[in-house]
Amino acid sequence: MSIPYACNSSEHGLARRGFLGTMAATGAGAMTGGLGAFMQPAVGEELTRDQKRVVIWDMHGGISQLETWDPKPGTETGGPFLSIPTSVPGIHVCELMPKTAQQMHHLCLIRGVDTNEDDHGLGRYKVTTGRKMTGAANDPQIGAVAARALTPENYALPGHILITPGGGGGRSNDAAYLGPKYASVQLGNGKPPQNSVLPDTITVEHDAARQEYRRRQNERFLSRRRTATSEAYGYSYEQALQMMQQREVFDVSKEPAQDQERYGTHDLGRHALLARRLLEHGTPVVKLSHSNYDTHHENFNFHIEQLGELDRAFSCFVEDLADRGMLDTTLIIVLSEFGRTPRVNARYGRDHWSHAWSVVMAGCRMPRGVAYGATNDKGTEVVDGKVDHANLFHTYLEGAGVDSTATFNIEGREVPLADPASHPIEEILT
Amino acid sequence: MSAPAELDPTQAHVVSEWKHGRPMNACRIDPQGRYVFGGSEDAVVSRFQLTDGAKADLTGGHVTWVWSLAFTKDGAQAVSGACDGKITWWETAAESPTPVRSVEAHKGWVRSMAASPDGALIATGGNDNTVRLWNAEDGSLVRELSGHEGHIYSVAFHPSGEFLLSGDLMGVIKQWEVETGKEIRTFDAKPLHSYNGGQKVNYGGVRAMSVSPDGKFLAAGGLHEATNPFAGVNKALVLVFDWESQEVKQKHTTEGIERSMIWRLDWLADGSLIGATSGTEGALLFWKMEQASQYHKLKLPSNVRDMDVHPDGLQVATAHHDGHVRITRLAPKAT
Repeated sequence: MSIPYACNSSEHGLARRGFLGTMAATGAGAMTGGLGAFMQPAVGEELTRDQKRVVIWDMHGGISQLETWDPKPGTETGGPFLSIPTSVPGIHVCELMPKTAQQMHHLCLIRGVDTNEDDHGLGRYKVTTGRKMTGAANDPQIGAVAARALTPENYALPGHILITPGGGGGRSNDAAYLGPKYASVQLGNGKPPQNSVLPDTITVEHDAARQEYRRRQNERFLSRRRTATSEAYGYSYEQALQMMQQREVFDVSKEPAQDQERYGTHDLGRHALLARRLLEHGTPVVKLSHSNYDTHHENFNFHIEQLGELDRAFSCFVEDLADRGMLDTTLIIVLSEFGRTPRVNARYGRDHWSHAWSVVMAGCRMPRGVAYGATNDKGTEVVDGKVDHANLFHTYLEGAGVDSTATFNIEGREVPLADPASHPIEEILT
Repeated sequence: MSAPAELDPTQAHVVSEWKHGRPMNACRIDPQGRYVFGGSEDAVVSRFQLTDGAKADLTGGHVTWVWSLAFTKDGAQAVSGACDGKITWWETAAESPTPVRSVEAHKGWVRSMAASPDGALIATGGNDNTVRLWNAEDGSLVRELSGHEGHIYSVAFHPSGEFLLSGDLMGVIKQWEVETGKEIRTFDAKPLHSYNGGQKVNYGGVRAMSVSPDGKFLAAGGLHEATNPFAGVNKALVLVFDWESQEVKQKHTTEGIERSMIWRLDWLADGSLIGATSGTEGALLFWKMEQASQYHKLKLPSNVRDMDVHPDGLQVATAHHDGHVRITRLAPKAT
């Protein structure tokens, strides 16, 4: 049975077999010598230096482009807020983003987004998968695709982490045909993964003995029937053990108190700092979300409240990645399922609006200090540089150094990473 | 103050409506009862003459939405507050009023404004969680009052002029001694605040306050039962406190309006409390102390966002989302 790796390369398969062989040979005591070999400093540094990462800031509910990246002050659609200059001459953002404005020289604003879908679920599907939802299709989200493309073969920890404001944990359902290995592992409210601590009733010695027994049985089985499935089975056990051993990677309280204060003690501040920590430990894909922006009512009051958190956490995050030299290898994406209507309704709200809104990127192949595309003076339509969800999906992948025209080989079937009818925003890729 | 003989809120009816064009946020009638001033979703203060609706647009005082209004006691000057953080003085009756002065009053919106009973002070409440007192004559800052932990949604003077009240998003009402700036006590209006754990937002707040002319009661209005703040699923609520004991003597509610909230409260000469509300419809509501629900509702053509009672006690101005100012008469129609 062939092993359906992404690029169909035999090298990957050999690498994994060699790796697992080493793991088996080192035996029980070498749980640290199995996947733990990855953590040897020299190897870790090599992987960290070259590895591309993606971090997605998902603004749930539909963040207002007019109160963030594309303000229209003084117009009938502009709302009550003013715009402010940024660190890039000529680019202004809403006054609710003063700290982020000072990081504009790192950012690329995409102001001409038209995804033509004003329904939450359908809009989210388009934005996260780069494709329109059809009855039969179930496409993987950008995080899963990036994780599959970017996660090193022998990476010890989950390659795709989702930090959620609430919830428990476990695996998300965002990888579709790529399989659960690339589905995000949820850190509910920023806490370490579920069941990552040994139960009180099991001692370390007892656990080591049962793992040794499992490895022996597994190796015996593999000696006769080595398949991708059986390898993945053993791999998942070793990954879980590594996750338990490296539980501190998920513990944001280990970050300096000064940073915890800078980012803010609210959920988003803690989660953004945790995202930084995960990226620094080599996690290829991290997604965090901020809830919520679905402000049909009192849009302005709620955006004051939400953007106070976003501005603080996001500006610290961008600044830190830049200062640490991580922007060269980390693609930052700020997205939402859509924007909000230019029209202000009778209840000071803005409704769903997918026809002229904004997405933000930074790092890797993104140009720095750029506003690409434009809307008209009232923000009601795109007048320059119109792009859609498929263009953006291609651009995310290309931005992270992944050939967006490539295909996955899924059980012998070639599946394009991104919509083959579309293309990346070539004008902005550096 | 005795009630005008004609006063009968159950006979309230609209007598005039004048259009500004942009949605209105605020309105106030000058103390002499000559004009109604409006603040709207543009940078304009609009002035309507009450006798005939003649309109003048006052420009150059602000660069964004005008949110609050007040007058000096003699009515000679109007003061407007806006989302640009400025307050601006205008000659009320000038043919084409231009800004007399503008002051950077708050970092963020000027949410609320009130003139002291003696006319010496203008109080403002802002998004910077502070309350400020200004010399009404020259615009100088008299005092800053700090201590709120949320945006200041409303300010109101006690009729004696001795105290100022400020209400915030978190449902806290502070009573300040005007002379010294000392915080005297707080009223617990927490029922007007809600935190939605799912949407992770604070919502509600003390949106309106008014002390009864005899100084015995403080009415504070806003909303409660906010099950879905982002959709405005909530109900209007007015808490009536006994001034001395601070006990809640009555909780006024609304009947017949969904998604309602209170934007302004005032007391009529017959002891009725009048409230401006928006929701699935705009309306004026009238309550008596002994009854929780309103005894009368006047439905209006559009959501009401502010209200002011004329010095004659019979006329009420309302500011509407549909860009109109309307004048309602609280008396039977002329035959």
